[in-house]
Amino acid sequence: MATKAVRPKKRKIAVRGPGKTPIKLIVNGETHELLVEPRRTLLDALRKDLGLTGTKRACDEGTCGACTVLLDGKPIYACMALALECEGRSIETVEGLARNGKLHPIQAAFIEEDALQCGFCTPGQIMSVKALLDENPNPTLEDVKRAVSGNLCRCGAYPKIFKAALRAAELLRSGS
Amino acid sequence: MRSFEHVNALNIQTTVALLSEPSTEAIAGGTDLLGELKARLRSPQRLVNLKTLSKLREIRYSPRVGLRLGALVTLAEIERHPVVQERFPILAQAASSAATPQLRHMGTIGGNLCQKPRCWYYRNKLFHCWLKGGDICFAEDGENKYHAILGADRCHAVHPSDLAPALIALDATVCVVGPEVEGEISLEELYTKPTERHRRMTILGPGELITEIRVPPPKKNARGVYLKAMERGSWSFALVSVAAQMSLEGERITDARIALGGVAAIPWRARESERLLVGQEFSEELAERAAEAAVAGAQPLRDNGYKVPLAKSLVKRALEISIRERSDM
Repeated sequence: MATKAVRPKKRKIAVRGPGKTPIKLIVNGETHELLVEPRRTLLDALRKDLGLTGTKRACDEGTCGACTVLLDGKPIYACMALALECEGRSIETVEGLARNGKLHPIQAAFIEEDALQCGFCTPGQIMSVKALLDENPNPTLEDVKRAVSGNLCRCGAYPKIFKAALRAAELLRSGS
Repeated sequence: MRSFEHVNALNIQTTVALLSEPSTEAIAGGTDLLGELKARLRSPQRLVNLKTLSKLREIRYSPRVGLRLGALVTLAEIERHPVVQERFPILAQAASSAATPQLRHMGTIGGNLCQKPRCWYYRNKLFHCWLKGGDICFAEDGENKYHAILGADRCHAVHPSDLAPALIALDATVCVVGPEVEGEISLEELYTKPTERHRRMTILGPGELITEIRVPPPKKNARGVYLKAMERGSWSFALVSVAAQMSLEGERITDARIALGGVAAIPWRARESERLLVGQEFSEELAERAAEAAVAGAQPLRDNGYKVPLAKSLVKRALEISIRERSDM
């Protein structure tokens, strides 16, 4: 290797932290101003700073999926993202699904199909299904399995989660 | 996670300067780094966010120069890209076999190639292992089910990337910049067995980073496959994986590149297998010999002996699929 080196260049840079710094998060369409340290994860910002505890904290290391939220429409683990790096982007959590007291069809389908036991993984499962159905309104069983493959259900409710996702797709296609 | 300062990268030059400062780490997808920070394996005083380097997010393709992937392209973008699926199926297969949908939307290709090993002694702060600057490899006489069978010396961890073997089979190169270097090297050269003085699995030093991954256009009549053995159907690192890319003229093999994951501290190129294959007509017996050659010299530990027959079978199956079953995979 080693041809010509990139000459390091010092320039005025905007350093934030390590103390609290103001950020704006757009959660479920609403802009929130908050003060967070750079080390604050998106998960802790949602739960502790904004009181949105629908997004669950379990492993806190990207190995369970309970904290799945949508970032610009894509499912991510909120425990492995820094809150200040999510500034200005659209964040969707399970709290944003119901409208005017009416459950979202995915939530309704999870209840209808009894797709949970302890329920702790459910918000994450629902957000993964939401990401799938937003992109593909007519998924196959395989598509559904893949979509929730990053959401661990220790109760083993998967067969019913799959059914609920397919049922939700039906409900959404029929516009109910 | 200890507190740190946070800076958004403005351009490559200032990023290199920032990353050359002590106690500074780069963050891209963050899925590996935050795990290390939470486990307090490292506690940098400053993170430099590479995600603001928007030029590094591009995927470009032309039939003449091949595929150019910016270091910040996510695994999900690779997995879903129509040209990758059509022209570089091994790469799409490797990307889609990694981690989970969520992690693939976060994790970048640059980060995937530079990720740290999953060895449980390395990941546990209580073990000051050799790779972290200590004196011994706890895996050598400890729990070593997931550890290396080939080429291990002081450290027995394996490189966990799925994309690295696939890209090595595709003869990829990477563009590296740093305070003292700027250039393009083969991906294979990026990896190094950790040594006494350089306890890392890549040659990258402070301030050095990957900016782009380049994959040459596929050879005529080339085809290949990425196979990955896992303990469960998804969300697992490879026990063993094999990427094989073969070119044929009629029945004769004109080119072969085979790289294994999960068996060594670096993505393991099976050169002897390749040498046996090139110039020959495919047969089951030949596949058998090539598979045998891939694990020649294996030195399994107490708990990972199963990787030897597993690697052999995967190589054989990869050859059969890429040569016999043509476009099935």
